[in-house]
Amino acid sequence: MSRIAVQEERCKGCLLCTTVCPVQIIQQSERINQNGYKVAEVPAASMDKCTGCTSCATICPDVAITVWRSKKPKKAA
Amino acid sequence: MAGKKDKLFVKGNEAIAMGALAAGCKCFFGYPITPQNDIPEFMSKAMVDAGGEFVQAESEVAAANMLLGAGACGIRAMTSSSSPGMSLKQEAISYMAGSEIPAVIVNMNRGGPGLGDIGPAQGDYYQSTRGGGHGDYRLLVLAPASAQEAYDMTFEAFDLAFRYKNPVLILGDAIIGQMKEPITPREPKAVDPNEGGEWRLESTGGKRDHRIIKSLFLMDGELAGQNKKLQAKYDNMQKFVDFESYETKDAELIVVAYGSIGRIAKNAVRALRKKGKKVGLFRPKTLYPFPSVALDKLAKEGKRFLTIEHNLGQMVDDVRLAVRKHADSALFCVYPGNMPSPDDFEAPILKALKGK
Amino acid sequence: MTTKAKAVAPKVAANTASETEELVFDRPESMVDRATHYCPGCHHGIAHRLVAELLDEMDLTKKTIAVSSIGCSVFLYNYIDVDTVEAPHGRAPAVATGVKRARGDKFVFTYQGDGDLASIGMAEIMHAANRGERLTVVFVNNTVYGMTGGQMAPTTLIGQKTTTCPGGRCKDREGSPIRMSEIIAQLGGVVFAARGSLDSVKNIRQAKKYLKKAFEVQEQGLGFSFVELLSGCPTNWRMTPLAANKRITEEMIPYFPLGVYRDSTADGTCGSLVAPAEGGK
Repeated sequence: MSRIAVQEERCKGCLLCTTVCPVQIIQQSERINQNGYKVAEVPAASMDKCTGCTSCATICPDVAITVWRSKKPKKAA
Repeated sequence: MAGKKDKLFVKGNEAIAMGALAAGCKCFFGYPITPQNDIPEFMSKAMVDAGGEFVQAESEVAAANMLLGAGACGIRAMTSSSSPGMSLKQEAISYMAGSEIPAVIVNMNRGGPGLGDIGPAQGDYYQSTRGGGHGDYRLLVLAPASAQEAYDMTFEAFDLAFRYKNPVLILGDAIIGQMKEPITPREPKAVDPNEGGEWRLESTGGKRDHRIIKSLFLMDGELAGQNKKLQAKYDNMQKFVDFESYETKDAELIVVAYGSIGRIAKNAVRALRKKGKKVGLFRPKTLYPFPSVALDKLAKEGKRFLTIEHNLGQMVDDVRLAVRKHADSALFCVYPGNMPSPDDFEAPILKALKGK
Repeated sequence: MTTKAKAVAPKVAANTASETEELVFDRPESMVDRATHYCPGCHHGIAHRLVAELLDEMDLTKKTIAVSSIGCSVFLYNYIDVDTVEAPHGRAPAVATGVKRARGDKFVFTYQGDGDLASIGMAEIMHAANRGERLTVVFVNNTVYGMTGGQMAPTTLIGQKTTTCPGGRCKDREGSPIRMSEIIAQLGGVVFAARGSLDSVKNIRQAKKYLKKAFEVQEQGLGFSFVELLSGCPTNWRMTPLAANKRITEEMIPYFPLGVYRDSTADGTCGSLVAPAEGGK
């Protein structure tokens, strides 16, 4: 499946990623990183909706998001 | 250029340009200002003929910053100007000193302050020897008194700049720049193509870590460390101190003067010697490092001193500091705007000779 | 936007690429793996990444010498893995001229903010452009002096409040914001000049195309290339990052229209020319 990983120690909690996700699965978590920022996350339950479009990573000013995309159009679970 | 060993009859400015080319200078960044225009004019053709780069910059500010860029790449590069233009170059000179970038800068000193005039003067002594821009740094300062010296000092300046990774200043004036004299050119230097290879910017080539040339040091203790390193470098420059000592052995009074004034003073000393006066000349060829040790030695021998300068008295500070344990120095100023002759110096020298 | 086609082991723990998925977005190789000092929502990180991606994709990293400027982006050298020299305030185009003249075979770019380039460095940028130096200038315009604490810049919009125009920039007193891309495009040595924006995914992707074109122009030895990037400075705008992006869209882009202002290659790969904007509002 397509998915993203947020490198939490790099996230500054700007939330720009949350505004560009076409399936709106990115949100602010309750976790605070060592710099005091509330980091962005995709709840595990929502990850299967990720399309791997890279919009969140593209707008992330901190290169904190890595994106993988399914090789096949259908989910391979 | 003429064949080696041929005598050439050239202006001091041209001698400087020729000395730079023979030393392997590959980039020249200039801007018009009197009385140094012969240098960029000469370079605009000769540098290109030599396979190098000539840029007439939009300002002295830009020319000095182009020099910074080329120097950071480890290329032998030069700029030239005169007093008002030198004020504008100080920004980049401070950055070059702070970033340890080698470069050669020529100042054909003219009268000041402000626009002043286009005649000779030595009003930029403080600016030249105290750094000139912001922060605590020094340039190696060479002061020629003839076209030949202008050629030779420029020829050697690039080696010194690279040895110390520091800007070197050639401090002449309108007399040195505009006077035509015969010079003997030297065999062109074979510059090591790997000069500066351990620090220069030439891109990583994918083979090494990236290099950063900078003067910003924000981490705790970092800037202090850099300043300590720079001070050690300036201390180390002392070994390149150079001066001319003329008839000083049995002299009771020693005239201290540099550059064109040193040369004029030498004529005055020579004339007075013929009249049996025990006077001598001490002419610093390096203004930084200043030949303090040699002056101190002369002071210890009981000599007295007269500093003659084409300003309101600047080098006299360094002379007094050098001789302070045993002597003092009198001062005779030629005001910038006036042209001195050897005759002008005889009276003040005789007055100082009578002394206390 | 694929920066690395091959699936490499990601840096994030507990995530591994499997046979059914491919890595489609990761840190470009020439971007140093460290946190930046930039504030949350600052667009310098995006601009850095676009430059780094292109250096990798165009195989330029190993032949690049960068010139960093004064402002928040002075630390460019901490983030992009290329030889870098630090220029005095505004002088990056002159320093880069010296670098390129000294090492004509290298890829040379400057990275400058609007205070640096459009105020103190106006003479240097104009003349480097006019000479047609084979350089690329990346110009980050966020309408404010960022590092010094949010003072008025030459690009500050009319009415925008800053620490040195607390009542808002007034046209009669402080003049109108300078449109650099339009000015640069007029100069003789300029081959490519464009203005992009970093406020949306679409605009970021277009901005990368502009940067790519600019890099190609230099690589082909055609002349000077210039890309302006409208960027946000949430901290000094006293806004959230989300509001800052909205401000770019709604206030900056209307005054600083996006598009190509000069393309002497005229190959149309970056779209057609836009007409220069009308005089200051």
